Order: sequence, then C-alpha cells, then structure tokens
Amino acid sequence: MLADKDRIFTNLYGQHDWRLNGARKRGDWAGTKEFLAQGPEWIVEQIKASGLRGRGGAGFPTGLKWSFMPKQSDGRPSYLVVNADESEPGTCKDRDIIRHDPHKLIEGCLIAGFAMRAVAAYIYIRGEFIRERQQLQAAIDEAYAAGLVGKNACGSGYDFEVILHHGAGAYICGEETALLESLEGKKGQPRMKPPFPANVGLYGCPTTVNNVESIAVAPTILRRGAAWFSGLGRQGNAGTKIFCISGHVNNPCNVEEELGIPLRELIDKYAGGVRGGWDNLLAVIPGGSSVPMLPKATCDTVLMDFDSLKAEKSGLGTAAVIVMDKSTDLIKAIARLSRFYKHESCGQCTPCREGTGWMWRVMERLVTGQAEPSEIDMLLEVTYQVEGHTICALGDAAAWPIQGLIRHFRPVIEQRIADYKTSRGAPSRRPEAAE
Amino acid sequence: MPTLKVDGQDVTVPQGATVLQACEAAGAEIPRFCYHERLSIAGNCRMCLVEMVKSPKPVASCAMPAADGMEIKTNTPLVRKARQGVMEFLLINHPLDCPICDQGGECDLQDQAVAYGFDHSRYHENKRAVSEKNMGPLIKTVMTRCIHCTRCVRFTEEVAGTEEIGAVFRGENMQITTFLEQAVRSELSGNVIDLCPVGALTSKPYAFAARPWELKKTESIDVHDAVGSNIRVDTRGAEVLRVLPRLHEDVNEEWISDKTRFACDGLKRQRIDTAYVRRDGRLQAASWAEAFEAIRMNMSRLEGSQIAAIAGDLADAEAVKALKDLMGKLGSPNMECRQDGARFDVSAAAGWRFNTTIAGIEQADAILLIGTNPRVEAAILNARIRKRYLKGHVSIAVVGPTVDLSYPHEHLGTGPEVLRAIADGSHPYAAVLKNAKAPMLVLGSGATARADGLAIHGLARKIAETCGLVRDDWNGFNLLHTAAGRVGALELGFVPGQGGRDLEGILEGAMRGEIRAVYLLGADEIDMSQLDGAFVVYQGSHGDAGAHRADVVLPGAAYTEKNATWVNTEGRVQQGRRALFPPGEAREDWTILRALSDVLGKRLPYDSLAQLREAMADDAPLFTVVDAIMAAEWAPFGAEGAIAATPFASTVSDFYLTNPICRASNTMAECSALHSGGAEKATGTHG
Repeated sequence: MLADKDRIFTNLYGQHDWRLNGARKRGDWAGTKEFLAQGPEWIVEQIKASGLRGRGGAGFPTGLKWSFMPKQSDGRPSYLVVNADESEPGTCKDRDIIRHDPHKLIEGCLIAGFAMRAVAAYIYIRGEFIRERQQLQAAIDEAYAAGLVGKNACGSGYDFEVILHHGAGAYICGEETALLESLEGKKGQPRMKPPFPANVGLYGCPTTVNNVESIAVAPTILRRGAAWFSGLGRQGNAGTKIFCISGHVNNPCNVEEELGIPLRELIDKYAGGVRGGWDNLLAVIPGGSSVPMLPKATCDTVLMDFDSLKAEKSGLGTAAVIVMDKSTDLIKAIARLSRFYKHESCGQCTPCREGTGWMWRVMERLVTGQAEPSEIDMLLEVTYQVEGHTICALGDAAAWPIQGLIRHFRPVIEQRIADYKTSRGAPSRRPEAAE
Repeated sequence: MPTLKVDGQDVTVPQGATVLQACEAAGAEIPRFCYHERLSIAGNCRMCLVEMVKSPKPVASCAMPAADGMEIKTNTPLVRKARQGVMEFLLINHPLDCPICDQGGECDLQDQAVAYGFDHSRYHENKRAVSEKNMGPLIKTVMTRCIHCTRCVRFTEEVAGTEEIGAVFRGENMQITTFLEQAVRSELSGNVIDLCPVGALTSKPYAFAARPWELKKTESIDVHDAVGSNIRVDTRGAEVLRVLPRLHEDVNEEWISDKTRFACDGLKRQRIDTAYVRRDGRLQAASWAEAFEAIRMNMSRLEGSQIAAIAGDLADAEAVKALKDLMGKLGSPNMECRQDGARFDVSAAAGWRFNTTIAGIEQADAILLIGTNPRVEAAILNARIRKRYLKGHVSIAVVGPTVDLSYPHEHLGTGPEVLRAIADGSHPYAAVLKNAKAPMLVLGSGATARADGLAIHGLARKIAETCGLVRDDWNGFNLLHTAAGRVGALELGFVPGQGGRDLEGILEGAMRGEIRAVYLLGADEIDMSQLDGAFVVYQGSHGDAGAHRADVVLPGAAYTEKNATWVNTEGRVQQGRRALFPPGEAREDWTILRALSDVLGKRLPYDSLAQLREAMADDAPLFTVVDAIMAAEWAPFGAEGAIAATPFASTVSDFYLTNPICRASNTMAECSALHSGGAEKATGTHG
C-alpha cells in the first residue's frame, strides 16, 4: 500500500486550495527553474529512468516518446499537446487533477515542453468539462501572472506558451491524431500513421501528445528523483497511478496507488468492497470501457498493472475499474458499451463505421435472446474483422468488450437464447432479411 | 530508391512511393476504393490491406510509404480474410440494387465483390437508408449507395479548389453532401462522377439512358475550348449518350470540364440536317444541287476582293484548309479565323502558341495572367495552374478583372498600364519575373481582342524578353486561346492575306457594300447585323446566329461526326474520330467545300482525306506529326503603338454558353441559369 508521503496528487480530493498559493504550499513550482537549467536531455533521461509509462491507456514509455522529438529544429516549431479529452466511460482521473491540482499539470507542461523543445503547450480539454475549463484557465492565468509560464518562464530565459482549447464533446477527439485535427479546426477524424505526430503533428509540425496524468506527474518525478518513482510499483510497471473505481462498490472513488496492487485489495481497501461482499462479484472491467472484462475468478488474484492485465488478455487502459456484481445483466452492459462505440465512431474507415453498428444491433438482440446460437460465433468473427483493420484504436476498443464477454460468459448468452426460444414455444426460424 | 520484397519478388521503387505502388510494380493487383493516384491519400476504405512481415496487424498499402527491406505479402490467407471482411462491411449497408443502378457494369464495388464477396449475407439487421442530396443539374445522387471513400470530397477540395462537398455527421450516420445542399458550382464537378467507385454519384443527364456494354466507344478530341481534352464519345445508334475523359498526361490528365462532358445533348438539338436557300426572304429547305447553284449564281460574278470568309471556333483544320484553298482560287485575301476580333500579330508562331505547354506549367515558379480568366476560358488548364499552386513556391499574379481562380493570387491591376510598368521595370513584379527560375505569362483573348491588341501583344513580348521569360530551354510566353479551331487555322494561315481584310475590315466592307459575299464556316459569334448588305453562306452543324442570317445554309458535321484534326492552344495536333454519322443530308465539312469548288469551277486538288492531310502538311509541317509539340522559334512580333487605358475583360462571359453546340444544350442552359442565379428564383411553373 502506498504511503501518504509517496502520493503525488496530494489534493486529489480537493480538501486544500487548488490555486497557486495552495499548490506552492504542497511543493508545486519549487525549483522548476533549476530543473530547466539542467537542460532538456537531463529531463528526458530522468523520465526515462523513472520508468514512467503513458497514463492515457496505451502505456508507451513517456521518456522514450519525448526523445522522438527533433533535437534540432528544421525551421518548424515543436508543440506539446496535452490530451485532456477524458471521455472513456468509467474514467474520471484527469477531471480531478484539473479540478484540484491544476498547477501540477501546468508545471508539467512547462517541464515536458522544455524537454522536447516545444514553443507551446495546447491543452485540449473535453467539451463537457465546463467548470474544469474555467478553473484550469484561471490557474493558467495565475501562472502567467506569476511569470511561471509565458515569456522567460520561471526566470529560465525560456519562452513557453500554454493555451487551453476546448473540444465539442466527441469521444474520438481523444485519439491523438483526431485531437490534432480537431485542434486545427477540422472534423475530428484520426490521421493515418505514419507519419507519426513526432514528425508531422499539429499544423504539420513535430508534436507530442500526452495524457494529463503523464504530464502532471513529471514535476514530482524530477523533484523526488527517478529512483524514487521507479522504486514504486513493479518491474516494468513503475510508479503510482490514479485508479477510478466505479460500479457496484460501496464507496466509488478515485485513488492514487502503486501499480501492481492486487485488484481485490484496491477494491476492498479504498472502495469499501463490492456491494454485498466479494463473493457477490460477477466481473470487473479493469481499465475503462475499452478493455475486455475479467470474471471473478481472475479478479481474485490479478494485479493491477500493464503487464499482469495483458497476460489475462485484458489491459490496464486508463485504470478505470468498473465493478459489476451478480445483479448485473452483463449482456446488457456490454450492449450499452457497443452502443457507445457505435455512436462515437467517426465514420471514416469502413470496418469501424459499418462494424460498430452491426455489433451493437446483434448485441441488442442477444440481450433479449432473440438470436440463433450460431450468431455468437458470427459476432465474435465480426469483432475480429474489425479489430486491427482500422485507422485508429476505436475499432479495437469496440471489439474487445464483446470478445471479453463471449470469452468468459458464453454460457450466459446461450442460456438467454434458449430461454427466449422456450418462452416463445416451438423453436422458429427467424425470417431472413431480404437482400 | 527503396528496394523491398513483394510476394518474394524484389522490387525497387522511387523514393516516396507507397507500398501499393510497389505491389503494382511487382505485378500484384491491390483492390482499392478510396485510393486515387491524383488525390491525396485517405486510407479509409481499408480494402488495400496487405501483410507486412514483422507487423502484427495488416497495413493499408495505399498509405504506407515503401521502405528498404520491407517484406510484403499480398496473397496470404490473412490478406484474403482481411479484404473479405472489409468487403462484407461495405456490402452490409450497400443496397444491392445493381439492376437499377447506372454504375452497373462499370462499378468498382461490383467488380471487387466478385473477387472478395460472399455468396450470401450474414447481416440480418435493417439496412441503412440515406436521403438523396441536391448537387445540381449535373450530379445525380443515390447516397444509400455511398461507401464513404471521400474521393469526391478530396477532388473538389484539391483539384477543383472549391470546398463544396464534404462529410457531415459521424459513424454510420456519416453522409457526403454539399454545403447546405446547394448545387455544386465547380466547372469541373462532373469528374466526381467518374471518381465515385459506386453508383452514389452518377450523371444526371445520362440517368437510366444506357448500359455501358451497349455503347460504342470512340476515342476523340474535345472542341469546347482550346485545351483539346482527350475524350471518349459513347454512342448508341445515332445518338451521343455521354462523353468521358481519356487519359492524356500532358493535356487533361484524366479530367474534363463540365462543358466537355455535358454539352453532348446539344448535338441532338437545333441541327441543320438539310440545305436551305433563302427565297422571298425566308429560308426554305433545298437540295444540295439547289444550294450550290444559288451560291454559284451569287458568287461566280464577284471579284475576289468582294468575297470574304470567316472560320468559326469549332472549325476543324481540314475544312479550314479546304476553305483557304477555295478562297485562294477565288482570288480573295479576306480570310479571318479570329471572330472574337483578336488582333495579335500572326507573323510568328511563337507569338500565338501556349509555348510553355500545359504540362510545362508544373515547372513554372512565377505565373502572370494577363487579361484572362483561365477558369472559364480553359478550365482544365486552370486546374493545372492550381496543381502547380498546391506544390507551393510559386507566385501567381493577375492583370485584369478580379475573379476567383480557385487559387490565391496577387492582383496587380486591371488595365494595360500595369504591363507597361512591368515592361519598363518600374513595377515590382518585374523583379519577381526576373528572379524566377521559370517565369511565364499568359496573354488571354481579353487582352488581344481589343483595338490596341497588336500593341499589347508587342508589350507582352517586351515583358517576355526583358524579364527573361524566353531562354534556350524555356519559353514562358503564352497566348491562351478560347477556340478549338483557332490555332489550326493560324497554322494554316487562315488570316488576312496580302491586302486582305481582317474581321473589322470584313464587317465594315459588308456594311459599305465593298464585300458582297461572306462565307461563314461555323462562325456564329460575330455581329450578324453588320452583314446585312452581303450574300451570306453559312456552313455548319447548328441553327444558331449564322444560319439565321444566311442566304444559303449548308449542313455540316459536328465534332463527333467527322474524322478531323484540331490543334490545341499549345500547338498540339490531335485527331478526332467519327463516332457517328452526321444527321440527314449533312456531310463532313471539307467534302462540302470540295464539292462546292467543283460547282464554282475551281476544283480543289484533293479527293481523299489522306490527300488533303498531305496538302495540310505542305502548308504547315506541324501537321505531319500527331500529338507532339514542335517548339516554335522565337521571333519578333507585335507592334509599338498607342494603348488605351480601358481595363481588360475576359471574352468569355458565360462558361456554359460559348458555342452553338452548348447553346443548343438543355443541360448547359440549366447550368447557366443556375450560375446567373436564375434557377433559384424560378418558380415551379417557370418555362
């Protein structure tokens, strides 16, 4: 269990002042100038040594990502873009960082931006976060007024702008290249890769897109040392992470913990346990709506980090733990997620545009059992036809929850179909659609 | 030059090529819907997926740059399965209405479905239906068929330069539409019909007219402007049903303008299908013999100097040559092929050609447009300038009316005083031209078709010479013509001979009674009221201004009805082929003149097309080689003289109504009305 002294987000629950004075009391903006004085290379090395992996879902090593940025400009400026378009169902960590610890993010922007020689940071905040946007803007204004960012940021001689931009509420704009398109004023549709944003990003310039949490932890890592951070968590899964526990628990909450904490411990200790006791647990979606669910048997022992969950054919994602007890209609739950992905697909590429709607419609029929047993395999095959064939990962995200459901709860679906047939009397062949 | 392995075979492709191009180079065919060589890469159809060794997922070959050492597999079970999956997705919401779809038989989706489709559907849900969109009188939409490849969106944005078509909504609700469902106004809009891989965008005038396999296809040349776009004329029976572009990299690439594509219904209307002779003040149908006799009666007693001939904008070189020889035998020097009244100097070919060539525009880095609006005068050429603009690092400037050219440009002024300042070096743009590696200027008919045209022609030459537009390896002096027949006639010397009258002279002579007979070879754009005193013969295909005024009308062939030669504005000789026979009594134009020469007792010395073409080659060696550019030698032309301060104005006021064929076309009339704003004001009972 993480000791209080090792917590990075010391105002996660908003008991203290979020403004600059309060943030300074908690240690933010202390020694920033000295960090910058050590040079960009040093910062990147520190982050690399800390073992920080991206907190947005994919878990790519952050320091390595920063190091892809050009060391020498070819005439184009470099940009840092912070992805605050937090829209993954179940995930609400960035929101609380922005609400209660906005200066960690702004200081992180300066440090990360300096490390990648960026001239500006664009923070793309989700459209629905209206109060958060106002608050973050107020914090940015404070930082400008105090000379922490802007011209000669923190007295370092480095000029760095921080610009807050708000989206219009599309989930797909959380995909990094769709975010860049949206930021440029275009329709939010993911771009083809390659070229990667580090070569051709915002306005055609080298760009790194990072999650809010990845950026916000950077200053503390520098302050407390890479070794401190890498000492937390497990091998290859260093540091702390904010977990968002929601669903059928007694006390849904955000909590910062070490990576690699057992799922059961996480739920029992912070969320007051599963509603009706651990044995009432049915399944858990461990990393936000996109990742396959885990049945209770796995939940008993699984550790919450990137590699352990991958070994269980799931993923840490955004570490949004969605707990479902035995009262849950899992088929209906996943059908709801399928509807979400159908609604949020950008429509650009074929498998996702056509596949998400197909999967959702089949899922809706499975909820009532109005289907043939053979359609389960067909649905599974459709998910594989979508997965890996799309421009961005939304196709994968739409396919995985269904794959998880079928993998672990196939008998439930088959029973539902059988029940429906029984309730309707003699088995009947469903009429085929005209072609 | 990366070398990679495709299906075990090594291929080397140019730097910047994609994996798809590498696969094609290796002979592996890659199915695709969204990818198009001339458009930006979207990578959204996912049909071109291939397997790349060491990549966990199949990659979209159209978007993946080819790199050294890649190993690509195009025929593995994984690839086949991926493509089958994409095909299934494309088909689940595609209405299988091929029997009533105009794209049937030439549909990419149909073809690929044969290769990658299943024989049955696993999709048991309701299919999506999408409302039709209004895209104007040319493009018919059945948006339920749309597979969202966005080729049309990219075409209008990139090639046409008018951001008119786009996608709205997202996911499965995504729809391709025009902004607020307004008609597409680009003059190149018809090309989206060819680009659409399915039947979502089809030709409205051609709707339900024919199946592609019933059509006879004839390769020919377009005459609606001086670009000489390569076209394919599709006919069934005695009817031209549609016109499609043909690939020619140096002329039209694979685009054609809407006028080229959609004016073909004008070939069926207002046709002159028999000879007419004016008796008692009215034109009455007559036989060929009667018509020729009427001409002989009126012309044989005239002096040569009392006769004049004007060649029209669509005249083919063969007919012009025959008419020129006939005029020679009649002893008349009064010939004119510039019915717009252009007065440039005809003494040197370099002075009237588009010397840079259309493909050469892509090399230019400074372009000065003088008295021209290429967007309406030569839409395809304008697209080439836009293509050059998109590549970047080019300065484009305009002297003339302020117009939307579909690319940004600097407007230097409206009148000739700017030219004078550039010529004497006092205008800053002179330095731009001088510092450019490949500067060019385009002199339009708006600058030459005026009283001081000759002096402006000379002034433009001075700019070319003082600003370094003409070098051994580069000629940046260009005259942009608007008429398909113009350059051919100029090459053949169909211009006022020794002591001959030009257009103004002919018209004045006719008013004064000095010109007693005028032969109009398809000339309709002149002021006919000035010919009141003269005996007028009109030879042509359409009952337009010329035929209405004529005393004798001889039925000629339209461009789709004759084997004939046209020379485009670059000086490129191109031969059109007969797609169908002329209607009724109408004949190929040179044969009419040959027959008439016999009646007049001035027999022309050729009995076949081959002999005539030999005679043309004797006049101008250019005609010996088809589809090639013979660079014209730089020589002095133009004159010093007084220049009026009047601003330049383009000679084309309505893109859709420039010649007798398009004026006879219903489709062009609709487009014209739309652009002049008439269609929006029209009520349900209008017309």
